[in-house]
Amino acid sequence: MSEAKGLIKSHTVKKYWMAATGLFLCIFLIGHLAGNLQLFMDGYEGRLQFNEYAVFMTTNPAVKLLSYLTYFSILFHAVDGLVITINNRKARPQGYAYSKPGENSIWSSRNMGILGTVILAYIIVHMQNFWYIYKFGTTPFMMSEDGSSPLLKDGTVVKGGSIENGDVVMAGENLGPAMRDLYEIVIQGFQEPLLVAFYVLGMIAIAFHLMHGFQSGFQSFGLKSGKYGKLIDKVGLAYAIIVPLLFAVIPVYLFMIK
Amino acid sequence: MSASNNINITLKVWRQKNAQSKGQLESYDLKNVSTDSSFLEMLDQLNEELINEGKSPVTFDHDCREGICGACSLYINGRPHGPGNRVTTCQLHMRSFKDGETIYVEPWRAAAFPVIKDLMTDRSSFDRIQHAGGYVSVNTSGNTQDANALPIEKENADKAFDAATCIGCGACVAACKNASASLFVAAKVSQYALLPQGQVEAKDRVLNMVKQAQKEGFGPCSNTGACEVECPKGISLENIARMNREYLAASLSK
Ligand code: HEM
Ligand code: SF4
Ligand code: FES
Repeated sequence: MSEAKGLIKSHTVKKYWMAATGLFLCIFLIGHLAGNLQLFMDGYEGRLQFNEYAVFMTTNPAVKLLSYLTYFSILFHAVDGLVITINNRKARPQGYAYSKPGENSIWSSRNMGILGTVILAYIIVHMQNFWYIYKFGTTPFMMSEDGSSPLLKDGTVVKGGSIENGDVVMAGENLGPAMRDLYEIVIQGFQEPLLVAFYVLGMIAIAFHLMHGFQSGFQSFGLKSGKYGKLIDKVGLAYAIIVPLLFAVIPVYLFMIK
Repeated sequence: MSASNNINITLKVWRQKNAQSKGQLESYDLKNVSTDSSFLEMLDQLNEELINEGKSPVTFDHDCREGICGACSLYINGRPHGPGNRVTTCQLHMRSFKDGETIYVEPWRAAAFPVIKDLMTDRSSFDRIQHAGGYVSVNTSGNTQDANALPIEKENADKAFDAATCIGCGACVAACKNASASLFVAAKVSQYALLPQGQVEAKDRVLNMVKQAQKEGFGPCSNTGACEVECPKGISLENIARMNREYLAASLSK
């Protein structure tokens, strides 16, 4: 299959992969944002809903499948991006003594690799902050509104139950894993101003990355043409501003009100 | 007619003996340059002075000097073909510069455009891309068909013509941060992809030309759009979109 080998090596095919994974991540971000916006809900109701959502996100089989697709996309996108960036550089071994690239292209478009690296660093810290601690760390548990009883993962309040090794136990019987309080971890996490600043920085990087990346993904597949071209530019710009902005507002809001 | 002015300028010109040597920027003061002269005429003036001083003149590419051949090149003050858009270096005039200005003049920089001498680069990589598929195999022995026998939609004819105005100058490569030849290849692919005569070889054409461009050492396309802005003929990015579509369809079905 020498033909197929040539296709994997092709710059153009690498860009199809870049665009496919990148645009998939753009869809993922919408779903992720919808989940996060629940953090704006106050009180016990808000806390319960967010924690139930966290259970859903970590146990639902369809969500699991999507999450593997997301991990794959991030990894593949990052590795492919690295290879592309190396190839980009190779094509011009000697640069210009004097150059004004700002006259013909936007900064984002020329610095996708740097922006991507910042985003990757952000993703690693972010996974450690919440996903890792939620899955493997010691976390607080969700309690009933009066603070007396633990909850099962499906939301049932177990009156008179207690928690042992992460499971709800009542009268010597193990009723299954207890609901964890991710809401509390998030609130606590964002009392640290440096972390809030880091999250805002991560979102700025995503905004700049997508200011170029969104429409670029469509162009890589040859989908930007005619009247749709202008529309894709507009939607891309709107996406690149609104989505990261809404993400960034959450940590700032939690830091200020709690 | 506006009165012609004379200006004095300082040039920083890339000098390089041959492909092997290292090369460096040299500084030259040039006096009494008419603002009506073209950039190439200004370089002629510099060369006359250098020859009179017994120095080696600056080597640079040029041919038609009317913006249609693509021979002239030059990265001038940080941009291909200098300041302004839709202009070749032969059509750039010294009125675009100020008295006392310092002007940087460098060759196209790309692995696939190695410097031959001074400002002249070897652009035969473009020819090899053309040979890889930038043609239609029409048998012309004896009974040539009338060119207008095949009806073609006006819109496609116009777009094909626009793509065919590419003069192969390489400004798109010079402007691109990845020294990508995407705009050039896309123009050459598009001019046939839009015409019935081009259909027979369409799949092989796009696959082979794109492959050859990569083999020559041109970089991947980051869609920065720098090429479109700097192209003297205004070749549109839509051609790159078309090439990417054609390539995807061809690689899935070939
Ligand atoms: C949630 C995170 C991310 C999203 C939504 C995203 C989205 C995109 C999109 C849509 C593109 C345009 C694809 C194209 O031009 O065909 C792109 C390009 C790119 N991305 Fe990402 N990306 C993300 C994270 C990353 C990360 C973590 C890295 C690197 C470590 C990265 C590196 C790159 C590079 C280098 C390019 C440009 C390739 C080029 O055209 O030269 N991205 N991204
Ligand atoms: S596409 Fe434009 S810049 Fe590139 S070679 Fe053709 S005419 Fe020159
Ligand atoms: S010399 Fe022919 S285009 Fe400039």
